Parts: sequence; structure tokens; C-alpha cells
Amino acid sequence: MTESKPYDDIPGTVVFDSDQAARGYHLNQFCISLRLQPNRDAFKADPETYIDQYPMSAEQREAALNQQWNRMLELGGNIYYTAKLAAYHGINFQELAGLMTGMGSTSYRKMMVDGGRSIDGNRYKSEWQDK
Amino acid sequence: MAYVSSGVACSHVPALGVASDSGNTTDDYYGPIFQGFDFSKEWIAKEKPDVIFLVYNDHCTAFDARVIPTFALGCAAEYQPADEGWGPRPVPVVKGHQRLSAHIAQSLVLDEFDITIMNEMEVDHGLTVPLTMMFGQPDAWPCPVVPLAVNVVQYPAPLGRRCYALGQSIRKAIDSFPDDLKVCVFGTGGMSHQLQHQRAGLINSEWDDRFMNLLVNEPDKGCNIDHIEYLREAGSEGIELVMWYVMRGAMNKKVEEIHRFYHVPASNTAVGHLILENR
Repeated sequence: MTESKPYDDIPGTVVFDSDQAARGYHLNQFCISLRLQPNRDAFKADPETYIDQYPMSAEQREAALNQQWNRMLELGGNIYYTAKLAAYHGINFQELAGLMTGMGSTSYRKMMVDGGRSIDGNRYKSEWQDK
Repeated sequence: MAYVSSGVACSHVPALGVASDSGNTTDDYYGPIFQGFDFSKEWIAKEKPDVIFLVYNDHCTAFDARVIPTFALGCAAEYQPADEGWGPRPVPVVKGHQRLSAHIAQSLVLDEFDITIMNEMEVDHGLTVPLTMMFGQPDAWPCPVVPLAVNVVQYPAPLGRRCYALGQSIRKAIDSFPDDLKVCVFGTGGMSHQLQHQRAGLINSEWDDRFMNLLVNEPDKGCNIDHIEYLREAGSEGIELVMWYVMRGAMNKKVEEIHRFYHVPASNTAVGHLILENR
């Protein structure tokens, strides 16, 4: 469908390029709307009615309502947008990273304090095949 | 005439704003980071710029997905700190310098940089956190700010060498402004970090060190670091380091490195900071 891209071989990474941006437009606009309190209140009162104002795909809608953080990125979401939905759920950036990496907050935080995720072994998808 | 005296590079990690706003700048986690800026606060109190030209990126605050300008120059009288979902940061309103902004806007377009002009713009942590790191918590920011917002959220961000050339064009604009103004240019963002998906938490300290060395001493070479290298080596959000090249372009070819600070981590990010003076 789309041509291959030089960054397709970076593991565990979804580059938010123009194809992804086009795919994720309504999902992202939904997420960013939660920056404002009246919208958070409306979403809280009736999540399904609120989200249906944004004509996203059924997959995106399901991912958003079920807090599938990586899935949202794969479907065109961008982290700065999905982080607003996370914040609505009381999840900060570091906790969100704990969820997306599958490590959980405590071990993710420890990894960061210990210097972060090493670049070695994390440059190419081929390096992740054994994982 | 106006002139560029110095340049500051500085990460703009939102957690540092939260730490400062909640008075949490001395604990084991944040203390070492804020200590790295003690020198900088003293330096800028002596440097006393008349205006700061501040290069940063907006995080879907002033611009959501509807409008994504690659380069947007603030031309407003003032910029309100934005509500990013947790209430606006309790920091002073950022005052602009409209005449200088207008002059730069005109000069850039005539120099073939077709920037977007923002006559109203809220500013988020990308702009206010570097001010906090450099000035602490004053009742009012000590000088006006001319903001330049760069798109680094939707790929592709402008190339490093385009940012460098834009910095050179900004320098020409500042140098041709008739008032006597001492200008300090800030380039913000970075350093290596990835906020998203399974590779989140990536830090590449060796690469960050090399990036800073090239930026200071060999900018003509460093500005040609290509996007795939940023993405792979510095993480998907590390690409915002191209903004440091706008600052570098506005400085002389030869600069003196006055201060360097590097620390891991702040939240998900490597914090990098440089102070450069023109020779």
C-alpha cells in the first residue's frame, strides 16, 4: 500500500509521518480535545457519545476506549496527543511509557535512573528478532 | 544596532516545570538537574540580554492537527502560558517585542524563509521550561521574548541544515534592527529520548556528546546529520534537536563554550544544556 520507508526498520517505534497523520487525524483531534476541562467533563459523562463526535475508524475508537496505547500509535495516533487521553486517566508520561514498553512503572523508572534504554541492540528490528 | 551576544541550548522536559512549580528542585532526583543550572542563572543575571529569541516546539497546544506550520514566528505583544491539561503553569506572562518580531518576520520572508506569522499564540512548556531553568521563579520574566515555534511533532521536521540556514537568516535580521538590543538566542528540546511505543526510554549519551561537540565546533558538518540518524540514534522525539541548529546558525562561526551540562534522566529524557558566547 505505502512505499517502504527508511525508518521502517527501527524497532518498537512508529514514526508519525504524513501517512500516519492522515490516518490518525480524528483520533488525535479527539485526544487533544481532552486538554480542556469542559471536554473532559463531557467525555466523563458519556464517553461513547463524546467520542462519536470524532469520525474515527471502529478500530481507533475501540483502541481509544480501551486504552490500547501502542495500538493507537499504530493506527495513526501521536504520543503528544495520546498523552492527553492518558492524562485524562491520571497517567503521566513516565507511567505511559511503563505501559507502552510493557515494563510497568517501577522497572521503567529504574531503567531510566540507571541511564535509560541502551542504544546497543535497539537500532534495528533484526536485533529484536530473538526477543 | 541590535546584536546577538550569546546562545543557550536547553532541554524543555515538562517534568522540570512541574518540579519547579511544586518547589521540588532539591531532592535526589531533581536536585542534580537544577544544580546544573546554578551557573547558568548567575551567568544570565550578568549577561542581561535585552531580548531572548527562543526556538522551541509546540506540543499540540497552540497548534493541534488542524494547522501545522513548519516555522511560526510570534509577533504578539504577549503570550499566555497555556493550559496543557493540568491548568496553566503558574509562571509570568511572556512579554513579546513586537517591533523586533515584525522586523524579523519581514526580513526572513524577503530572505526567502516563508514563515508563518502568529499574532496570537499561547505558549506551552516547550517555551516556559527553559525560561524557568535559566531564571528560576521571578515575578516577571526579566526581558521580552520573541518565540519561534518549529514543527517537530509530525515527520518530517525541517532538516538540520535548513534550521541552521534559518538561524543565519535570523542573525541577519537581528543585525539590521536599528535599536541597541543585546539578544540571546535559545535553542530548546532534546536531548536523546523516545516517548513512544516499545522502545520508549531510549537514551544515547555517547551520541548526545558527539552532537554537542559538532554543534559547538563543527556546525557545518553537524547540521547535515540526517533525519534517519536522529530517529535511530537519538530516538523518535530526539529529532527535536534540529532546533538547536537554529540557535547555532544565529551565532558566529566561532563560539566559546562557557558551560555544558548533561544529565540522565529527567522523566524519559536526557537533559542537555550549553551556553555559548560569540567570539
